[in-house]
Amino acid sequence: MLRVSASPHIRDRVSTRSVMLHVIIALVPVIIASYFIFGWRALMLFAVSACSAVLFEALSRIVMKRKQTVGDLSAVVTGLLLAASLPATCPVWVLLIGNFVAIVVVKQMFGGLGENFANPAVTARIVLSVSFTAQISTFSVLGRFIGSDLASSSTYLESIGKTTTDLVSSSTPLAIAAQGQPYLPSALDLFFGRHAGCIGETSVIALLIGGLYLLMTGIIDVWAPLTFIGTTVLFTWATGQDVLVHLLSGALILAAFFMVTDYVTTPTTIPGKIIFGIGAGLLTGLLRVFSAMPEGVSFAVLLMNILTPHIERWTTPLTIGGVKHVKS
Amino acid sequence: MKMKWLGLPRPIHPADKKGTAGMAIKPLTGFSRVTIPLDMQVGPGCEAIVAKGDHVEIGDPLGHPIGPWSVPVHASISGTVESVQDQILSDGGHAEYVTIVSDDLNTISECVKAPVVTDRESFLEAVRASGVVGLGGAAFPTHIKLNPPPGKTIDTLIVNAAECEPYITVDNMVCVEGADDCVAGALATAHWSGIDKIVIGLEDNKKDAAQAIREAVGRARQSEFWPSGGIDIKVLKTSYPTGAEKVLIRLINGRIVPEGGLPADAGVIVQNIMTLWFIARYLRTGMPLVKKWITLDGGAVKTPGNFEVPIGSTIEDVIEKAGGLKADPSKIIMGGPMMGVAVDDIKRPILKHNNAILVLTEEEAALPEESACIQCGRCFRACPMRLMPAALDKATRANNPAELSERHVLNCIECGSCTYVCPAKRYLVQNIRNGKSLVRAAKAAAREKGGKS
Repeated sequence: MLRVSASPHIRDRVSTRSVMLHVIIALVPVIIASYFIFGWRALMLFAVSACSAVLFEALSRIVMKRKQTVGDLSAVVTGLLLAASLPATCPVWVLLIGNFVAIVVVKQMFGGLGENFANPAVTARIVLSVSFTAQISTFSVLGRFIGSDLASSSTYLESIGKTTTDLVSSSTPLAIAAQGQPYLPSALDLFFGRHAGCIGETSVIALLIGGLYLLMTGIIDVWAPLTFIGTTVLFTWATGQDVLVHLLSGALILAAFFMVTDYVTTPTTIPGKIIFGIGAGLLTGLLRVFSAMPEGVSFAVLLMNILTPHIERWTTPLTIGGVKHVKS
Repeated sequence: MKMKWLGLPRPIHPADKKGTAGMAIKPLTGFSRVTIPLDMQVGPGCEAIVAKGDHVEIGDPLGHPIGPWSVPVHASISGTVESVQDQILSDGGHAEYVTIVSDDLNTISECVKAPVVTDRESFLEAVRASGVVGLGGAAFPTHIKLNPPPGKTIDTLIVNAAECEPYITVDNMVCVEGADDCVAGALATAHWSGIDKIVIGLEDNKKDAAQAIREAVGRARQSEFWPSGGIDIKVLKTSYPTGAEKVLIRLINGRIVPEGGLPADAGVIVQNIMTLWFIARYLRTGMPLVKKWITLDGGAVKTPGNFEVPIGSTIEDVIEKAGGLKADPSKIIMGGPMMGVAVDDIKRPILKHNNAILVLTEEEAALPEESACIQCGRCFRACPMRLMPAALDKATRANNPAELSERHVLNCIECGSCTYVCPAKRYLVQNIRNGKSLVRAAKAAAREKGGKS
């Protein structure tokens, strides 16, 4: 019995699973860096988050009586990204609620992978930051990195009874900058991420390694990250902010490589990606500089997610040789 | 700099698998029986002029053309007509099949003699009488293609030697072995069609073919048919679908064929290299299209290679004479793996426009399971026509001809690049074909309605 099917009869090796695996690999440097900056608790948060995301995905597919999709690894990516955008002191129960929101509410209730209009990790982070402000706005870092924003860290640590390997709460650079305090981490500390912040956001070098990996494997392209970072930098520069702090701290770089490049919730056309990047950059700048919040990346990305179907429509190119339809 | 990094539109490049490259075309003979369909072309075919018991010789016409598009079909072996009967084709249509039992003599018919060509009309008549159709795989009648609608000025003959489908290497071999005939065919076609420039397009993975053609062009400079605009050889970057007519025209001279238009609208005619090679041989010998040159390959084939086989011989016989199978066939494709047609029966005959028979193993033929679209945009970047395959797929599934039409679904060339690259393994082009039918049906319905009122 011969098999009959319509052409093409061959397929490329790339699969949804392999794409997600590449994203997970790109997050490995970030996860490693988080251990050195925030200690074991950061690794625990990444692990719990990824596992709970997979669990929620599997359970919702079972409850909805749909085909099991955990094998595509997209839930792992969501779990890791949500953990990356939370502080090291985030309670586990808050993290679990976050994953429930991301996977069950934002992703599966809209139809699963590919159907969610907003980025699950970004939306979940916003939900948590609004609902559990106290639990997730206490930022910390290992005691040994507390240095630069306090005159003498060792005496400070002694005074609060902590050692260099304990997590010590501290303000994020963006918060410090917003409050106009003078003690900012050095540019190098910002670049390596040795300061208080979310566990996957502080180390710019680790994020760059991951981002470059995604660019070189062709998983993402440069348009959205480039325009997003560029617009934010230009905006903060034009409004007289400390550009370096805005560039190297907060969620900007994490979002540039892992959020504004999300396939499902960003445009596919190159002009669309550019519009998305510029829009998200402008909103980030506006929120960071003029709102009461020190950070604005999540809201910026979410708002642009909502605009994505429209951007996609506006930027759909005309087929080669096609004639524009004239509305009669 | 790899363009991939910048995320610019990127044509795909499936694994070549051209393991048969450089293999000489080996004639297979001694077929005891052939089954020749009388419809092997775009447009209506022939009606039988032979009956059971008739004796036929190689080159005898078997059918009489039904309309102006029809080209004759000829006997490919000598012997006795065993039956003439209507049969279902693997594409669902039906046609008359003439079965000839061989007398093992291979007598050549008296009617095989070189045609006398004196002008455009006699050239077109000869091309038609040769039984040739587009041998690249499309089976479009060549005499129709060479006779574009009035009012179109054709300034270039593009020779398609791109052979961009994986596996297939027979065109490449025709170039190497018959470079002079390839060039002669192009010269004669351009001359009698009043075209004064020829461009031959190949991919850069066919260096030997490019070299052979280059030398043949050098030798042809003395030809009385040498065009005033000369002959160019363009070696194009290997990618898929370089050999798709509209894509090739764009790559060769940057012209765009308008949606729904013909190459003639861009001032060009495109002919496959094997078609032209065959025309040159026909003009010299008068032997009509009774044999076909194919690549036989695929994981299940014991001895892959390039072969000359009589038209109408069954795939089963061809495989057996070529060396047999080493694994159970799971899928048999007529043509390449990107656009070829899967046949339902190993006893199907070789057709005029078959350029390959691929016999795939269970593993090679496995169909992937479809999952949700992740909107990654790979299909969009791979589309040579700059369509949005994922959106067309979605509109088809939603049964929305208005949206499909607005998105220019009819401009799809069905090359399959979108389906090939899709990481979610969606059956994109397969659905888009249905989408095209939806739009055509909606248009027909609208016309009917308009006619009534």
